[in-house]
Amino acid sequence: MRRYSVFAVAREALRFHAGWGRAWAAPEPKRKYDVIVVGAGGHGLATAYYLGRNFGIRNVAVLEKGWLGGGNTGRNTTIIRSNYLQDPSAAIYEKARSLFETLSQELNYNVMFSPRGLLMLAQTEHEARGYKRTVHANALQGVQTEYIDAARVKALVPIINIEGPRYPVLGALYQARGGTARHDAVAWAYARACSDMGMDIIQNCEVTGVRSAGGKVQGVDTSRGSIDCDKLAIVVAGNSSVLAEMAGFRLPIESLALQALVSEPIKPAIDVVVMANTVHGYMSQSDKGELVIGGGTDGFNNYTQRGSWHHVEETVRALVETFPIISRLKMMRSWGGIVDMTGDRSPILSATPLGNCFVNCGWGTGGFKSIPGSGWAMAELIAKGAPGPLAAEFGLNRFREGRFIDESVAAGVAH
Amino acid sequence: MSTRLATGGRLIDRSKPLSFTFDGRSLGGFAGDTLAAALLANDQMLIGRSFKYHRPRGILASGVEEPNALVGLGQGPRFEPDQRTTTTELFAGAATVSQNAWPNLDLDIGALNNLAYRFLPAGFYYKTFMFPRFAWKHLFEPVVRLSAGIGRVPKDRDADRYEQAYDFTDVLVVGGGVAGLAAALAAAKGGQRVLVLEQTAHWGGRAPVDGIAINGMPADAWVAETVASLAALPNVTLRRRTMAAGVYDHGYVVAQEAVADHLPGADLPRHRLWRIRAGRIIAATGAIERPLAFAGNDIPGVMLASAARDYVVNWAVSPGDRTVIVTNNDDAYRTALALHDAGLVVPAILDARAKAAGELPALARARGIRVLEGRGIARVKGGKRVKAVEVCAQAGEGAVLETIACDCVAMSGGFSPVVHLYSQPGGKLVWDAANGMFTPDPARAPTGADGKPFVTCAGAASGALQAADALADAHAAGGGEAAQAPRAEAAAEAPMQPVWMMPQGAPAKLRFKMWLDFQNDVKVSDVQLAAREGYESVEHTKRYTTLGMASDQGKMSNINGLAILSDALGQPIPATGTTTFRPPYAPISFGAIAAEARGEIFQPLRRTPMHDWHAAAGAHWEPVGLWRRPYCYPRGGESHSQAVNREVTNTRQNLGLLDASTLGKILVKGPDAGRFLDMLYTGVMSSLPVGKCRYGLMCSENGFLIDDGVVVRLADDAWLCHTTSGGADRIHAHMEDWLQCEWWDWQVYTANLTEQFAQVAVVGPNARKLLERLGGIDVSKEALPFMAFTEGTLAGIPARIFRISFSGELSYEVAIPASHGLAFWKACLAAGADLGLMPYGTEALHVMRAEKGFIMIGDETDGTVIPQDLGLGWAISKKMPDYLGKRAQERSHMTNPERWKLVGLETLDGSVLPDGVLAPAPGANPNGQRATQGRVTSTYFSPTLGCGIAMGLVRRGPERIGEVLEFVAAGKSIPARICDQVFYDKSGEKQNV
Repeated sequence: MRRYSVFAVAREALRFHAGWGRAWAAPEPKRKYDVIVVGAGGHGLATAYYLGRNFGIRNVAVLEKGWLGGGNTGRNTTIIRSNYLQDPSAAIYEKARSLFETLSQELNYNVMFSPRGLLMLAQTEHEARGYKRTVHANALQGVQTEYIDAARVKALVPIINIEGPRYPVLGALYQARGGTARHDAVAWAYARACSDMGMDIIQNCEVTGVRSAGGKVQGVDTSRGSIDCDKLAIVVAGNSSVLAEMAGFRLPIESLALQALVSEPIKPAIDVVVMANTVHGYMSQSDKGELVIGGGTDGFNNYTQRGSWHHVEETVRALVETFPIISRLKMMRSWGGIVDMTGDRSPILSATPLGNCFVNCGWGTGGFKSIPGSGWAMAELIAKGAPGPLAAEFGLNRFREGRFIDESVAAGVAH
Repeated sequence: MSTRLATGGRLIDRSKPLSFTFDGRSLGGFAGDTLAAALLANDQMLIGRSFKYHRPRGILASGVEEPNALVGLGQGPRFEPDQRTTTTELFAGAATVSQNAWPNLDLDIGALNNLAYRFLPAGFYYKTFMFPRFAWKHLFEPVVRLSAGIGRVPKDRDADRYEQAYDFTDVLVVGGGVAGLAAALAAAKGGQRVLVLEQTAHWGGRAPVDGIAINGMPADAWVAETVASLAALPNVTLRRRTMAAGVYDHGYVVAQEAVADHLPGADLPRHRLWRIRAGRIIAATGAIERPLAFAGNDIPGVMLASAARDYVVNWAVSPGDRTVIVTNNDDAYRTALALHDAGLVVPAILDARAKAAGELPALARARGIRVLEGRGIARVKGGKRVKAVEVCAQAGEGAVLETIACDCVAMSGGFSPVVHLYSQPGGKLVWDAANGMFTPDPARAPTGADGKPFVTCAGAASGALQAADALADAHAAGGGEAAQAPRAEAAAEAPMQPVWMMPQGAPAKLRFKMWLDFQNDVKVSDVQLAAREGYESVEHTKRYTTLGMASDQGKMSNINGLAILSDALGQPIPATGTTTFRPPYAPISFGAIAAEARGEIFQPLRRTPMHDWHAAAGAHWEPVGLWRRPYCYPRGGESHSQAVNREVTNTRQNLGLLDASTLGKILVKGPDAGRFLDMLYTGVMSSLPVGKCRYGLMCSENGFLIDDGVVVRLADDAWLCHTTSGGADRIHAHMEDWLQCEWWDWQVYTANLTEQFAQVAVVGPNARKLLERLGGIDVSKEALPFMAFTEGTLAGIPARIFRISFSGELSYEVAIPASHGLAFWKACLAAGADLGLMPYGTEALHVMRAEKGFIMIGDETDGTVIPQDLGLGWAISKKMPDYLGKRAQERSHMTNPERWKLVGLETLDGSVLPDGVLAPAPGANPNGQRATQGRVTSTYFSPTLGCGIAMGLVRRGPERIGEVLEFVAAGKSIPARICDQVFYDKSGEKQNV
């Protein structure tokens, strides 16, 4: 792999950048792999990467029906945080967050992880109590968060209106090392690293069937032919139920449209990520200058990757009230993605009824931030055939046992 | 230089001069100008700076597709960044400032980036800025952010107001050009309700500029006549300055009307957001001209040929004295003719096609204009303004054949139909190779619930670029018969020839200067680099290079970019495809989206009948759902906690009054109501005798406690279910969900009566005395025992009295019709003055319920707690075969004896435990997190006991009474003893008097 550096860019500049090669190869599928990962989103690519890095398993294919990173990895609002209430959530999200800290250097690709700080506003007494509880829990979980008062919120976010007549800001749950990263770059960086390890990333290759016999997966049928594997990982947020059905089992997943939107680009206006769960909206600013805004999911199931207008309105209302100066800015683009929702709004990293088939799904609205941790835990699950501590609580059997991991009290609308 | 022509200008009113400023300089224009036209008329070609290289940017277009000429408009609370000058109508006193330049537009420091352009290709930031690690956040990112961003940040709260409105129509026609008008007329004559939206202030679109005749009259005259006939029809509504921004499923359309942007100071909302439900949508949205990719095509003075024509014809503005036309089609010749006829010089028309033999080239030649065939531009010379063009053979590699001095270049790379509104809800496109454009595929249009297409493109938007075809197409789209279609007469156009790069064999040096995305500084070389590096999907290329991500959202750049990409990948353009079309078509203001929902009316405020009384009494409010409830009523300088303590003590010793009107009240009635409630609650409600109350718990299917409240049996077939204040709507929906989706054959009716009744809790030792004074109902212990209810007239007001208690005191909750709420409240106050009556708020309510060990939904519960955890087994029927959550509560984890269960907690020193603290257990879990064994769910200072009290969930809690746990807050350990959760009046004798 050609290393990226300022010197490499300078050298190439002299010859009009004619010497750059492909960031990742575009191979034809082989007949058989040790592991096939279905889905070249962030989670699938990270899974493959850590299979190679942590377990030396490199005969791996990542199959993608469209373009890599084209699902929710490329549609989210790029927020990274680990201020979760429940232990299993805090563990995996903090693992992910800590991996993000050094991801650019490890993958030699600038994913622009920006630990700019993240605030979750407390706008009711009840919410404030919930966040105080989270801070206490985080302290014991090794996640650095604090509860800050309204004056400190105002100091961190000068454009915020803390004295809204309806929901004055009482304080906030603050994670100083939370922030954002460039979502596409995360997928591209993992893809490049996987390709460099000799793994095959095969785009435009749709899985059309899962072949199994005797309770084990034999391989998959795809739009580019039949491919065998020893182990299969299904990592296809937004389409999980469809793939599971092909494999012959059902998942406790509902598929819902989630929308996000951006403003026209302006100069730096807000340096941190602000989530306002009482009023249903959150906002940060991209390095290009757009305000990046997200809100809630549609109330009905669908696969269209569009959404309903009233959610855009609800979200924008919340943010105009929270940040009155944005009233004269304009919405430049809105879009939608399909998120997997489980009964407890927590993910599934699990073995399945097929012994050598594993599933990673159900990240709901919070998948992007977990990519490195999810890949790390999923690789362990696949390599060992049993979950390590990070994935242990996220098995499918929890729904049977009632061992839910419910973050709704702490997460409100946005995950 | 650009200047105002002495005559002409179909849209300006020379009798109404207007003055405005640009970067502090005072300039003049006329009513009818756009800002862009007025700036050009003042020879202000340089308007701003580009995103990445801070290159000088002029005016490229004349409409909504403009990527360059954005300014900051207005001042103070009316300042708005990124205002598109090409769509902003000039008004007197408009204050505009250039963007993305420092210290000023002419001398911009950021333009240093331009010198380093070779070091800053697409995606350079993915390959650099990685060391040292901390530098991204602290050094590189701040610099990148400052350099990017373009518009200035508004400083003040918006001074304008906005509103929203609904509309409903059979046919929505988007676009008031001749195609839209023809479609509207045809549809209207068919008797359907028709709504026509035009984004500009003028009807007619391009046709009048193009000099087309319709039905034998000039286009302007036909437009005026058609608009007049449409306006006269009762089934037609016409709206100008209204842009359809987004089409959603099922014919839902969002449009923004610029009501007062051009009338600053008028007492009108600035924007009006229309939410339109349309049976069918005809997108007569026209076509947008494409730039050509040649070196230096971004220098101010290079503009679209159609735009140059617009400025001359519409606003009598000359974009330059000498304008070179460069084109691959016949339409641009119209610009040459218009400029020539206005007395301006067209030194040459460079036609990339080998032959220019059509009717329009003949007209140009007849006027003596030089037409050079098979020629293109090798390079534009100039910095902040075009100085000359170097002419080359289109088929070659850019050898300069001739240099032509000029101050304007009008370019045309062909037209792209505006298919956004068709594509947003899922309509698919086909590639028209002859015209080099994507057009709607009629076989794959977005379909509605009936399976029929609900968006149809008409006119140029459907690919009918010639006026005659466009009118026929639009007339048919409106349902008209072919014979009646308006007939257009226009010069015939010869076929265009797609040209994606000029010259065809341009070397890297030139490709690094060929702009595709003018705002974001994406060049031909960048797209080729993306392809080389494997970013082959059009979405990868877009995201890697930022092509099409600027505020024009690719209107100027996308087709050219994906053609370059296709070429680089050696594949046909349709194999590359387009990026996704997303709302809005062009940016719309957040102000309009939020509209009136700000401040006090950000959300609807629900008020109890006593709301104003509380406000007058100085209540400190707490938001509870959409309600606002008194948290406490501070008196004479009291702090909130002092007020709460007083309210608690007074209620316990004398008499308190609580406005409990927000409590949910859902009437459940019908032959199957009892059976329904038995399923809904964990306890049996069907056996409740008429006149009695019973506490009930409601669980989700997963077994978790979701709500609680007192159920009252009003009659044989009617129950009144009280819910929590925040839960009324949710629980009502929950009931309806089950009734409508699962038990649809059960005869049960529910009605949410929450707002029909005011409810007042009369609480404390003197409660009975007060009600007796009010008179009319026997409230004695015998007549109205604990957990009973009665109806009658109290203080002359029809009332229901429930003998229930959430405080542990003698307590009556009195429900009266909402209209009598305030009167009853005042009657209580008057009658209770000498009984020590004081109102109390929600915090005193919480303290008293905690002293009594009662749970609060949302405190003791958080979506993970089952009633069994809370010692509420007594409220769960053992006999019931089923209730919602029963099966779930039998799962292994739910019955695990290790579960955390509710207990009381008291600190050893009497202090108040902090909110939400946890008690660690020895060791750590496999993830290295401290193990825990309990947490605080509610914690208060109890004025009754004079110390802190708390409730919490503790592993095997009830078995561990007396044990001391260490809770940890901010590293500090706080010991607390596990105790019974009932701190006050354990025997219940206070409430059973």
